Amino acid sequence: MKFVAAILKPFKLDDVREALSEVGVSGITVTEVKGFGRQKGHTELYRGAEYVVDFLPKVKLEVAVTDEQLDAVIDAITKTANTGKIGDGKIFVYDLEQVIRIRTGETGAEAL
Amino acid sequence: MTNAVRILFPLALLLATGAAFGDEAAAPPVPNKGDVAWMLTSTALVLLMSVPALALFYGGLVRTKNMLSVLMQVFVVFSLITVLWCIYGYSLAFTEGNPFIGGLDRLFLKGTFNPADGSFSMAATFSKATVIPELVFVAFQATFAAITVCLILGAIVERIKFSAVLIFSVIWFTISYLPIAHMVWFWMGPDAYTGPEVVDAMTAKAGQIWQWGALDFAGGTVVHINAGVAGLVGAYLLGKRVGYGREAFTPHSLTLTMVGASLLWFGWFGFNAGSALEANGFAALAFINTFLATACAVLSWTFGEWLLKGKPSMLGAASGAVAGLVAITPAAGNVGIPGAFVIGFAAGLVCLWGVNGLKKLLGVDDALDVFGVHAVGGILGALLTGVFNSPDLGGPGFVVDWVTAKTGFSSIGAQFLVQAKAVGVSVVWTAVSALIAFKIADVLVGLRVSEEEEREGLDITAHGESAYRY
Repeated sequence: MKFVAAILKPFKLDDVREALSEVGVSGITVTEVKGFGRQKGHTELYRGAEYVVDFLPKVKLEVAVTDEQLDAVIDAITKTANTGKIGDGKIFVYDLEQVIRIRTGETGAEAL
Repeated sequence: MTNAVRILFPLALLLATGAAFGDEAAAPPVPNKGDVAWMLTSTALVLLMSVPALALFYGGLVRTKNMLSVLMQVFVVFSLITVLWCIYGYSLAFTEGNPFIGGLDRLFLKGTFNPADGSFSMAATFSKATVIPELVFVAFQATFAAITVCLILGAIVERIKFSAVLIFSVIWFTISYLPIAHMVWFWMGPDAYTGPEVVDAMTAKAGQIWQWGALDFAGGTVVHINAGVAGLVGAYLLGKRVGYGREAFTPHSLTLTMVGASLLWFGWFGFNAGSALEANGFAALAFINTFLATACAVLSWTFGEWLLKGKPSMLGAASGAVAGLVAITPAAGNVGIPGAFVIGFAAGLVCLWGVNGLKKLLGVDDALDVFGVHAVGGILGALLTGVFNSPDLGGPGFVVDWVTAKTGFSSIGAQFLVQAKAVGVSVVWTAVSALIAFKIADVLVGLRVSEEEEREGLDITAHGESAYRY
């Protein structure tokens, strides 16, 4: 099993969620986050005071998938979250040791 | 008689039950219901300028953690000054005394209403035989005194102790606002000028700056210069906020700031047009000038910022509105339409410099730019009033003879100098008063909260509550 974390532009979240549903992903966790990559920040000016805003708002999407689903999931995210402009985000893939459904105690792929 | 001029806020106390003038003793003048209704309305409009308008304008500009402290400081200081006004403030500002301060005849507003026969004392306006109930004038002026002290708060927010705010307010109001209001606005009223033989005697009873002939329609010196300079002194004494220049002090809600600025504009019609004290042509002139100059200042600030800084900002437009309102205040009923155009456009640009170049030059953490907008805009307006009052530039001139109510004008150079003198006295007087008032507060309770409290935010540490729950 794999654990996929993707940093996205916030307005792309709905498209990505739909695309993931279509490839059979049954659960997603989303967090509002801030950060920077190559896009860097921007400057804000309030009367005489100038502030550099380093951290831009992004969403972090987390999803656990089977090994077989992984390629389709990565494909779905890459296609839908892509605007071609700097700041589209990144996808991180981790090995996932175990999954447990708390209600039933099921484990592994059964619990996804 | 040399210097009797048209200026704001006469106050001959024509007691309805008082002595009549001479044997021919006509019946005392009866207030016009239109005037009274307009002045009551104006008073409520000026109240709106402090709570909520100024509180929201300032509140939106601070960080979330200090929002309530700003609202609270404005709300309580407004109430505090209103109470002091009715106890002794009105009497010291607007009764006969010496050229610097009034007397104690109206302590606790005594003598304004006679329960025995249900009669009210009357206050003079700018027209002969035209009066309004003195209590309307008391209330109208109370809102001026209260907002002036509230304006200062913008310079010292986010780090001052609440107790220090209150102590400072009481002292500064007493030793700066009251004398300056008396010096600029107190005079005996048009009906006191019964003939050429009393002119010098009556003029000598007026406030010092009024005697010089300075024009201040609704408070360029009394309100804005007074508050703006006091704010700068306070910001200097308090020192910079923790993290100033290193951390981002971004406004937490420019939406509220825009709402506040808009309500200020709305309420300012009461402030300026109400300062005519009558519902007449001068009220209309002050009204349109307030309207027009503000719009001009919004445009000049916006385009100036766009040109110099790259983007036209909402905060810039809102600041431009306030700058225009401030600058047109002393001029409102004292200049014509050309004056409103020039003063408005100039205010936006000069105050834009006030919060940028000048602020950097001063190096003081005047948190919400009280000096850069109110003192700078007030000085600009006060000086240009002396220029655009001239009938050659479309202004109405001023009354040169109160016996016949004849208007005229001296010369732009002469009037400009008189205005500059009034500005100079106000600046020095309020600076010294503010220094004394802040120093006393410092000795009694200390001015500044601890660094830890400042970091945590004044809402929680001073007031035990927070502005927003999500």
